[in-house]
Amino acid sequence: MSKMTEFMGWVDARFPATKMWEDHLSKYYAPKNFNFWYYFGSLALMVLVLQIVTGIFLTMNYKPDAGLAFASVEYIMRDVNWGWLIRYMHSTGASFFFIVVYLHMFRGLMYGSYRQPRELVWIFGMLVYVALMAEAFMGYLLPWGQMSYWGAQVIISLFGAIPVVGEDLALWIRGDFVVSDATLNRFFAFHVIAVPLILLGLVVAHIIALHEVGSNNPDGVEIKKNKDENGIPKDGIPFHPYYSVKDIVGVAVFLMFFSAVIFFAPEFGGWFLEKDNFIPANPLKTPEHIVPLWYFTPFYAILRAVPDKFLGVVGMGGAIVMLFLLPWLDKGKVKSIRYRGGIYKIALTIFVVSFVSLGYLGTQPATPVLTNFARVFSVLYFAFFILMPWYTAIDKTKPVPERVTG
Amino acid sequence: MKKILLTFLFAVLSLQVFASSGAHLDKVDIDLSNQESLQNGAHLFVNYCLSCHSASYMRYNRMAEDIGLSEDELKKDFMFAGKKVGETMTVAMTADEAKTYFGTEVPDLSVISRARGADWLYTYLRTFYQDDSRPWGVNNATFKDVGMPHVLWELQGVKKALFETHEDHEGNEIKVISGYETVIPGKMSEEEYDNTIRDLVNFLVYMGEPAKLQRYDLGIKVLIFLAIFFVFAYALKKEYWKDIH
Repeated sequence: MSKMTEFMGWVDARFPATKMWEDHLSKYYAPKNFNFWYYFGSLALMVLVLQIVTGIFLTMNYKPDAGLAFASVEYIMRDVNWGWLIRYMHSTGASFFFIVVYLHMFRGLMYGSYRQPRELVWIFGMLVYVALMAEAFMGYLLPWGQMSYWGAQVIISLFGAIPVVGEDLALWIRGDFVVSDATLNRFFAFHVIAVPLILLGLVVAHIIALHEVGSNNPDGVEIKKNKDENGIPKDGIPFHPYYSVKDIVGVAVFLMFFSAVIFFAPEFGGWFLEKDNFIPANPLKTPEHIVPLWYFTPFYAILRAVPDKFLGVVGMGGAIVMLFLLPWLDKGKVKSIRYRGGIYKIALTIFVVSFVSLGYLGTQPATPVLTNFARVFSVLYFAFFILMPWYTAIDKTKPVPERVTG
Repeated sequence: MKKILLTFLFAVLSLQVFASSGAHLDKVDIDLSNQESLQNGAHLFVNYCLSCHSASYMRYNRMAEDIGLSEDELKKDFMFAGKKVGETMTVAMTADEAKTYFGTEVPDLSVISRARGADWLYTYLRTFYQDDSRPWGVNNATFKDVGMPHVLWELQGVKKALFETHEDHEGNEIKVISGYETVIPGKMSEEEYDNTIRDLVNFLVYMGEPAKLQRYDLGIKVLIFLAIFFVFAYALKKEYWKDIH
């Protein structure tokens, strides 16, 4: 017996190292027909790690103090060795996290990855998404620029629209009557430890649930139904080495896009770092347009589309709740868009157009014309979910093959 | 699949279109690799701006190193007595004094180029005009009723604005500046003044983000590395996947 096997034997008798390696990597059988859309899961995990690592280094020089925060970010940008690179990785990473997560979720919509038996994979994933929004929202306050400050002011004041307890709730969140040093300090605590812990726990739950039921694929065929004499799915291949080497290719391409933004356009024309955020927070001076960062704007547009503030908040929350309900709203006989009929394809296209349009409208001033557009797209957004039990049931589907088609 | 990709491409492109709104801005063509321009801009900055405006995140010696000045040059031409080379560009005027003199706080200029943009600064610094109703006798076409006096008037001269009356789409009469007329000529011709302001804006853009001088070069190296890495990663993937059908 070699020294290595001997050592692993010693460990395995005490900790299931080999078992975990096999269960999740070398003997986790994933369908062999993953396409382009299946890169975004592993990429999301990589961006999470990047955010944690760059975040740790930023924390070493950042000061969560209303009087010092803005200057400490500029200190990082100028006086800390490679501080600018770490800061841009973190700020660009936040936006790329959402890009990757949105594409990952869209993949789920296309191939029915939320369907039975993967309901909990989807629910955990949605909880990751909600935690990520909380994480991003609180992180955005930390640079303590004008948009940090007023964005937080607007979003927290939304809680004030809740009847009876609203105002007290908003006060409790801020720890003051306006966004202030107290708010900055607690948001820092949430951003660097509380939410990341929750996020990591949820990601682990998401992956454990996935590995329990097995991955879906672009055909929506359950590969576990066709096993060989050893009990291995005929259409399955071990995640490691096949998908680990494939995902490295995805990582290389992803990093090219990521680096292009970091090095050549870190503000991304004001979409990743807003101009107004280079002016220190000033509680006495409200900026002309207060706009949340792009990844929140679809929901912000829904909020503004509703004439009543409280109902607007309900609409915004409802837009996210709808996504949670997806596994039970979909009554289609097949999972994948490849074998669905025309109705679902049209519905999904309308949904994507509505979501992107709402995202755009959320960044624009709420003029009467644009507000009417936002209303139309909000209705379409909700119609996608509310009408789903009906249109997926009547949609003409194609026969699903026994085995994956590659 | 292609349709879906096109939809996303479309979405990304439409995000790029947003651009800025507001008044017309003149485009400025700056060049951060032009050290002569940066030095000229720095000189203007310390002579004309740094009496009232601070740049409290910018260190003197970092600036000297980045724009190619020796320590002697820095001390002789760019610093006032009593300052140390490792210090940042602060001013003696307090916020309260600024309020008394100008009726408003005087902003720190370290990152002003990132908040306003180069074109805005270039246009702003060239559009002061005579207006006797204002405390300093000048107004600005880009930043209406600004508290700042026309510090560079000696160079540009004093201009009078010529107004035209238009009707907006709701039928209200609005006065629009249609051109300028020189009242007192400055030391510089219009072209010289524009070039001077371009150098100053160039310096302000550098000061907004000193890392800009490094990041483009480093970015190209990183992308070349990733391209090579991609070739190997792809070859490795192909090798492993040979036996999967």
